[in-house]
Amino acid sequence: MEITSLTITQTLQLLKEKKTSPAEVTQAYLDRIKKLDSKTEAYLYINENAANDFFVATGELAGIPIAYKDVFNTKGMPTTAASKILEGYISPYDATSVEKLKNAGVINLGKLNTDEFTMGSSCETSAYQITKNPWDLARVPGGSSGGSAAAVAADLCCAATGSDTGGSIRQPSSFCNTTGLKVTYGRVSRYGVMPMASSLDTIGVITKSVEDAALLLKVMAGKDSRDATTSDAKVEDYPALLTRKDLKGLRIGIPKEYFVEGLDKGVEKVIREAIETMRKLGAEIKEISLPHTEVALAAYYIIAPSEISANLARFDGIRFGPTVSDSKDLIDMYFQNRTKGFGDEVKRRIMLGTFALSAGYADKFYKKALQVRTLVKRDFDNAFAEVDFIATPVSPTPAFKIGEKVNDPLQMYLEDAFTIPASLAGICGVSIPAGFTEGLPVGLQLFANQFEEAKLLAAAQVFQTSTDYHLQKPKIS
Amino acid sequence: MKLTKEQVAHIAKLARINLTEAEVEKFTSQLGNIIGFIEKLNEVDTEGIPETNQVTGLQNASREDEVKPFGFEEDLIACSQNPIVDNQIKVKKSI
Repeated sequence: MEITSLTITQTLQLLKEKKTSPAEVTQAYLDRIKKLDSKTEAYLYINENAANDFFVATGELAGIPIAYKDVFNTKGMPTTAASKILEGYISPYDATSVEKLKNAGVINLGKLNTDEFTMGSSCETSAYQITKNPWDLARVPGGSSGGSAAAVAADLCCAATGSDTGGSIRQPSSFCNTTGLKVTYGRVSRYGVMPMASSLDTIGVITKSVEDAALLLKVMAGKDSRDATTSDAKVEDYPALLTRKDLKGLRIGIPKEYFVEGLDKGVEKVIREAIETMRKLGAEIKEISLPHTEVALAAYYIIAPSEISANLARFDGIRFGPTVSDSKDLIDMYFQNRTKGFGDEVKRRIMLGTFALSAGYADKFYKKALQVRTLVKRDFDNAFAEVDFIATPVSPTPAFKIGEKVNDPLQMYLEDAFTIPASLAGICGVSIPAGFTEGLPVGLQLFANQFEEAKLLAAAQVFQTSTDYHLQKPKIS
Repeated sequence: MKLTKEQVAHIAKLARINLTEAEVEKFTSQLGNIIGFIEKLNEVDTEGIPETNQVTGLQNASREDEVKPFGFEEDLIACSQNPIVDNQIKVKKSI
């Protein structure tokens, strides 16, 4: 067995038994990246010196090589957010989550591709390259954390960080057969991660197993004085709490609004079987209703672009990134830098947000969307009064072909219909491998209420250890 | 509602983005489709429903207002490609 195919847990065991060393593990990943990344194009930056970093590797994850989605500031390395407007920017500091992982001893293999400023569902809006799905190189890996999912699936890192605003960890995890954890809003500090929509952005991980996600979350979670929206809810010992052997006594809700026209038949079959597996493991399955599911998507595409238009106003080419030399005056410089620096999807969302917040429309659209957000949240509150978890498909389809949806932004937005409502409600969720349709992976989405990550991971672990889908690897060489 | 080319040009100006004629055309159609979809919101009765701005119920998160050195000032200012004068970024005249 290749060392690069191991989980964090397995690698830590080998390191503990001194059967390998941090330098050897890291070198094995660097070699594999060198050999295979030209096929997946997951990395935007490779830290060639990573194998020398182990001298500082002490802590509970000492010697584990991971990679970061390229929206995480990592001191001394480029951070581009896959945008031309940040080309050449070198982070002068670490994001809080990066700092915490570093202190735990992880080794940084490099930076992973994403949709530009995380805006997209396919990695196709990256200004630099299109990452390929390791299961079928003609298909997208999903997005926006597509580089992270592709790299983990192809064993080009032991685990990766991601961010999830409307599904950006869960959907690529479903497309690439990885485990993706989207945390409760405020569970992990957002400080030092490029913002997209500040009331929705969450920082999470993409891993080879639920156990690995629990290990990373334990390190990354917690209150941070540099992000006022972080919660002081207790950080639990997530790995130690993975003690469930079955799902007895747990009620799992199946929302009927997620099994509608447009759901791929192959995906539906996999999810129905996964629900049956959970029933056999002892769970009580109940049909529930989340009536505002359909309008949640509409509300998101007001709220997120509105916040995007405000957040991205700071990028003007003055403090970071390239700047034009032939501008007439300051305002012309803003126009030229932003016009050259942003791609079409970012421009679309900035304009959509600018429109939604403009005089005469703010009440009609923005205020209305915030009210609908309340209704979406209430749907989940009502559901969690009846059930412990909610199970759904992650995405209506398996990975689609590169180029298939890129010219129809609305079609691309509909990709996120099953991940967005939970983002609006701020709850936690996972995508875990649940099977295949026509050779392509399909993820099962499980939700728990806010700050119930321990309970969620324990249930996901039961499903994972009772199945072997997560052990299937793409044939890439 | 229908989005006009004039509206798109105006929004782009507010957002400090230059658009070519062809781009105005393209974005008018794409944004029009998206807004058409978003108008679904108007079918929802939200009479008396409060707005959600913060989803985990956090209210004022206050702390002591202490001055702490950032520590990487030079690295930060070195990120700019514009001329640096006295630790400040020099830009074109604004007025």
